[in-house]
This record gives sequence, structure tokens and C-alpha cells, in this order.
Amino acid sequence: MSPEFIELEILRPRMEELHRNGMDFLRDIIGMDWGEEGLGAIYALENSSTHENIQIAVRCTDREKPQIPSVCDLWSVAEFYEREVYDFFGIVFTGHPDMRRLYLRNDWIGYPLRKDYDESEAINPIRMESEVPEDLQRQSEIEEDAARELFVKQTNKIFGDQYIINIGPQHPATHGVLRFRLALDGEEIRKIDVHCGYIHRGIEKLSEKLTYPQILAFTDRLDYLSAHQNRHALCMCIEKAIGLDITDRTQYIRTIMDELQRIDSHLLFLSCAAMDLGAITTFIYGFRDREKILDIFEEVTGGRLIQNYNIIGGVQADITPDFANKVKEYCKYQKEKIKEYNDVFTYNTITRKRMIGVGKISREDAISYGCTGGTGRAAGWACDVRKRHPYALYDKVDFKEILYTNGDCYDRYLVRLDEIMESIHIIEQLIDNIPDGDYKVKTKPIIRIPEGRYSASVEGSRGEFGVFIESHGDKSPYRIKFRPMGLPLVAAMHKILKGAKVADLIAIGATLDYVIPDIDR
Amino acid sequence: MLDFNTITTAIDQYLHSIMPAQAAIVTECILVALCAVLAYVAFAIVMIFMERKVCAAFQCRLGPMRVGPWGLLQVFADVFKMLIKEIISIDRSDKVLYNLAPYLVVMSSVLTFSCLPFADGLQVLDFNIGVFFIMAASSFGVLGILLAGWSSNNKYSMIGAVRSGAQMISYELSIGLCILVIVVLSGTMQISELVEAQRDGWFIFKGHIPAFIAFIIYLIAGNAETNRAPFDLPEAESELTAGFHTEYSGMHFGFFYVAEFMNLFIVAGIASTLFFGGWAPLHIAGFDMFNDIMNYIPGSIWFLGKTFFVIWLLMWVRWTFPRMRIDQVVSLEWKYLLPIGLVNLLIMTICVVMGWTF
Repeated sequence: MSPEFIELEILRPRMEELHRNGMDFLRDIIGMDWGEEGLGAIYALENSSTHENIQIAVRCTDREKPQIPSVCDLWSVAEFYEREVYDFFGIVFTGHPDMRRLYLRNDWIGYPLRKDYDESEAINPIRMESEVPEDLQRQSEIEEDAARELFVKQTNKIFGDQYIINIGPQHPATHGVLRFRLALDGEEIRKIDVHCGYIHRGIEKLSEKLTYPQILAFTDRLDYLSAHQNRHALCMCIEKAIGLDITDRTQYIRTIMDELQRIDSHLLFLSCAAMDLGAITTFIYGFRDREKILDIFEEVTGGRLIQNYNIIGGVQADITPDFANKVKEYCKYQKEKIKEYNDVFTYNTITRKRMIGVGKISREDAISYGCTGGTGRAAGWACDVRKRHPYALYDKVDFKEILYTNGDCYDRYLVRLDEIMESIHIIEQLIDNIPDGDYKVKTKPIIRIPEGRYSASVEGSRGEFGVFIESHGDKSPYRIKFRPMGLPLVAAMHKILKGAKVADLIAIGATLDYVIPDIDR
Repeated sequence: MLDFNTITTAIDQYLHSIMPAQAAIVTECILVALCAVLAYVAFAIVMIFMERKVCAAFQCRLGPMRVGPWGLLQVFADVFKMLIKEIISIDRSDKVLYNLAPYLVVMSSVLTFSCLPFADGLQVLDFNIGVFFIMAASSFGVLGILLAGWSSNNKYSMIGAVRSGAQMISYELSIGLCILVIVVLSGTMQISELVEAQRDGWFIFKGHIPAFIAFIIYLIAGNAETNRAPFDLPEAESELTAGFHTEYSGMHFGFFYVAEFMNLFIVAGIASTLFFGGWAPLHIAGFDMFNDIMNYIPGSIWFLGKTFFVIWLLMWVRWTFPRMRIDQVVSLEWKYLLPIGLVNLLIMTICVVMGWTF
């Protein structure tokens, strides 16, 4: 699908019109640097009821002071997407309420994803001092007390003089290096400010210099709990672009592996959610069972967390002879164990009290914030890519899309628990029918994608994972963009957290189930 | 049954025979204090080991297995590690209070510990308001926690300490009411007399329904007093990293850790004294043969057996339930446990007045 280029002036009216006509899901905003033609952005939109897709592209010829009108009043998630584009391309979105960098330090010089960006270390050395938050202003009027810095009054542009508490980047409940700043009133949260970028590796920038098979190695390291699905998406996108047909056997293997990965991720979700709420025994139970999937992964792919299994045109290695038996054995085992989780955790009164009615998000907000995956489905939004735009074998197997309506923590938790069963159901339909044939198709040693723009998306473990490639016919992409599953979830945090308590932040964070390397890429 | 009174009296007479009366009393005090602290440490080590093994059993694991047979030496290794670690001082903390806080916590815990009747005559502090003293001594532990949180100059510690204050002061009420139920039933506050009164039947049987309700409330409130799950919010590790003791290291942290374990022991010990007859053996009226056999088991075994049974109950809860939220914790106390406790006290009083007890 190629984007529709429109003039900068008519962007706002066109977007408003699209939004009115039901294009209520902003999948992604992709910042672009087209060199001579200027900077720009591509908006990927979708109609949440008809699943119709459209891409709108806009260009801005002024490279010195590029400005594009903001759309964050139409789609709430744009607030974070636009901050990301500003961070990497320097495009200022006029009308955006909070145009700060999202990932990089605020003393960073230049915009890294621009084609003319100077990478030399002299400009951006490794800074040894800690970053001073932009919003913190020290009041100098109490100069005489400057020696005792304790009494220098600090005010804050964002928070005012509220009691601020910092959570992260090293904190047990953020599941990685995410950082929140909370304004508290007693135990109640008044405001939250999210800081990302502590594990940003610049994968999109790196990819622009690497060949396609090399880029594959990165995808497993985005959301390491949907390693298979991520790589599946990239392989699918490249295969689509070069017109490669893959064998049925590959499709079966990929689908089964995707679902195993999903169970793996949901078990980890369950364990960590329990752990965050203080139920450590359930944590161990979840990990005990997840171990069995990792063993299967290890046997087939050689890796446990990072498997590097999908390749362009197939998979790295054929499945082992007793793969089917092991998977069937595992499915039987797991079905019994779900009952154990229910007994010890799901139906526990405290668990229910901690989760029911906490961290609610409505269906409209879920769509506006682009919260796909379990979060969206818990709010009643049928957002499963496997149903919306079936890929691999998902149109041939029979499975339910799990939907709940309350959108609170408990529903988000139940969605995952039910999806484990649904994934087992999918695997059981496929595992006995894996056809014979090649597990990969031979490809050319050097893969060049014909000029154009390609995108593909899969249902990752925690939402829609998308790949966008703009190729200029080279062996490496001109621009590659991964749609993160976690960024919309984090963007929605401040909406979900209204009136919550500190302890709820932990429950909400656990059930939103973001993975930081996926947010930060 | 072995009566420790004979041994203590013998030591007392021996000391008096070799030195003047005042020196003898001072020596006795030192000896008793030494024994109490040693016993405190010994029980702490047993408790830590037990917690690890019990938790491992609940979680389908083995627990420590490498250091010594069945990991028996693991706790000693950990204590040794804790002892040689540096005690870090924090910038801009209130040095005096910061260093004082762990000692306050341990002191309150040791004081309460010395009230426990381990066997007939094997009890350090025993006087006519023993139960009242236990309440007083155990409640100044919260002061140490509040000071630790306040003086650390850390927001996590501060929130943890405030939570702890709210929680412990609330649940003290329920504990008080439960103890009062037993005081009403027995008519005494002296611990040795409490145990003595249970020789022919434990209070949980004598006081039947109200005593049982009191026991359940006591278990819940006692669990909250010890800051253990599901009431471990003051140190909720997934929210506040370690709560009030975030900034403590080395043996100062060790004091908090040990005090927490020993508070569990103390709560269980008081429960077994008040409801299960302390060191009094299980007697059933009419079965003289059975009662005689029970008498052969030493009192200290009875006491420790009952105490560790209650500890095991609390550990079971600890490793099964998730953590509650602060508003839920406080409303559980003020909206449910306290009214039930008050009504229960009334029921017990009526029972005692009407003579409806066994």
C-alpha cells in the first residue's frame, strides 16, 4: 500500500475528515527524511470497525525549521508518536502541548535519524554527568543558603510544587529500564511523566546501513517475549516485497512457534503480575511451566530467549522429529496447570480486590491511544491482527478472539489467561497436520527490495507489531520503522492512572504488560 | 514434668553464697540478658532457615542445598556476610536517628521476646501486668520504623514508614482486644498464671466460640503487626524497593531483618500462650492415662511445638496471598476487625458472667 501524499496546508482538515469518517485508530506515525524533498511524516490509519487501512504522507520542505500541525487532539497516542518524530527528525508539531524529546537526553545535539546527521563523538560525547530535567528550575532567591543545597527551593514546570517521587529506571516494578515521575498526594497519584530511552539502541538507524538478512537479528531483541512474531513480521514484509512464496510447512512451523511464543509471554505476564502484587509463589509456578516452552525452543532453534529462527523465505532449521510429541505433551500439561493458577491467584479475594475496577480504560480511549493486544481486548476492542488481517495460517484455524468489556486490570489479566487456552487450541489443530516439504525457500545471496514502501503487521504477544520499509532499491532499507507495542500502552498510562494509588500503579503497569526494549527499540 | 524453677533457684542460691546480694543480682541480670539475646539470635537463625525451606516447599523448590547438609549452614553464612558488610552512611540523613532506629526495633522485639514462657519457670519477665507489658513493649517498635523512614532522607522510605505507622497503630487495637478477651476469660494479666490456668484445658477450648474468633482476629492482626504478606506494604518490594529500610546496609539492615523474623516468632509465641496453653500440655478431663503420657513431654517442647505450628500457619498465608493496598488494609481493620473484636469482647464477657465457659 502506498501512502497518499497531501499538502501540508490541508493536513489538518483532511485528518479531521478522516477521523470523522471512522478512521479512529492511528497505528503509527513514521518520521521520514527524504533528503532534498524535505522532511515529513507518514500517518498509518485504520478504521476500527471496517479494518480499512489508509496511509497519509505529508512533506515539509523547510529543513531548518520543519513544522507540521499536530494531530494529538484527534488521536491521543499521537502525543507520544509526535514526540518520537521530533526527537529523531526535529520536526516540530505545532499545537502539541508538550514538545519535549522522548528518548534522547535534552542536551543531545542534532536529530539522529536525519540523513545528514553527524555521528561524530565530538558533538555528542558520552556525558558523565546526570541529566538535568528540562522542567526543573532552581530558585536562586535563597542564595545565602546555597551552601546547604537542601534548602534551595526547586520548582517544576510540569509538576509545580507537588510531591514528586521517582520510580525507575532501576526499579523492580517497571520490568526494565523505564522511568516514571509521579506527583503524589499522600498515596494518590496526581500526575505521571514517563521517561523512555534508557535502553534505546537506535535499531532503526543501524538498520539503514545493514543488509536485510542482517537486520533480522535485531527483531528478536525488540520485544524479547515476542521474538518469533517480530521476526515473522519482518520476514513477511520482505517476502511480500520481493514476491517470495513460502512453503506450507514453513507457514505451519511459523504459526505454531508464534503461538508457543505467545503462551511463553503470557505465562511470564502472569508470573510477573503475581510477583508485582506480592504473590511470589504464583511467580514461581508460572516460570516453572514457561521453562517447558523454553526447552522446546532450545531443542528446535538452539536459543531460549533469542531464537533467531525465522529467516527470509523460511526458517533457520527444520523442526526436530519429536517436536510434535513434545508440543502435544506440553499442551496437555499446561491445560491442567491453568487450574492451579486460578486456585492460587485468579480467584483469590485479595487479587480480585486489587485488580477489579482498578486502572480502567474505555474502549474509545483504548482505540484513541492505540492500545492493541490484551489491553484493547480487555476494553472490548476487537483488535486482534490475526482476525483483522489474517496472515500465515490464521484464516484456516478456528479460534476465538477473547474479548472482555470492563477494561480494568482484572480483565486484562483474564484476557491473557484465556489466550493461553486459545493458543493451545490453535496449536492442537496444527500440530498433527504439519505437511512435508521444504522448510525454507532458496533466496538470492543478496536481497534487494524493489523501490517502494511496504508494511506488514502481526499480532505480537502484547499488541500489533508492525514493520514499515521504504526501499530505494538498495540492499539495505532507506528507512525501516517498527511499530512498538508498548509505546501506546505507556502513553495511555496517565489516562489510566487518574485517581489511582501508588500500589495501583504497580498493578496497572503489570497488567499493561509492556516490554521496555520494544518501547525503546 | 521438668520444673526450671529448681534450676534457677539453685543458681540464685549459689551466686548469693559467693558474693554480696547486690553483686549477685547484677550478675544474674547480666547472665539473663546474655541468655535472652543468645536465645533470640538462635531462634532467629532457626526461623530464617525454616522460612526458606517452607517457602521452597510451597513453591516446588528445594531451597538452600549447597552450604552444609540440606543447606543447614546457609543461614550462618548469610549472617556472617551481613556482619562483615559495610554500614553505609547516607548523605543528608539525620545521623543520630538513622543509627538509632534499628536498635529501637530490635530492643522492642527483644523485650517482648523475654516475656515468652518457654517452660515452667523458664521466663525472664513475669509480673502481674505481663500482657500489658507485652503490648507496650511491642508497640514502640513502630517508632523505630517511623524514625528509620524519616531519617533516611528517601521518599520510598518515607512512604513505607508512613504506611507502617498507619498499619501498625491500627492493628494494635485488634491485638489489644483479642488479648482482652483472654484476660476477661482468665481474670489475670500475669503470663505464668495465664498458662497455669490452662493446665486443665486450653483457652481456645475453654472459651469456645469467642476465643476462636479472637484467635482468628489475632492471627490476622498479628500478621499485620509483623509486616508480612499480605500486609507487607511498608516494605512492598515491588513498589517501594524495600520501604523503610531501603537505605540501610550491613548489620543495621540485619537488625530490621532479624527483628521482623523474631516478631513473627513472638506473635506466634503469644498466640500459643494465650490460646493454646503455652507450655501446658494437652489435657482432656477424664482421660487420666492420656494426661499422664502428655505430662512426660517437656513444657518447652510443647511451647515450641505450638509456636512453630502457628508460625507455619502464618508462613502459609505469607507465601500464598498477594499484597493488599493501604486503603484496603486500613479499612479491613477499622471496618471489620475492630467492630467484630468489640462485639466478641462483649460476647466473652457475657459468657464469663453467665458461666457459659468450660
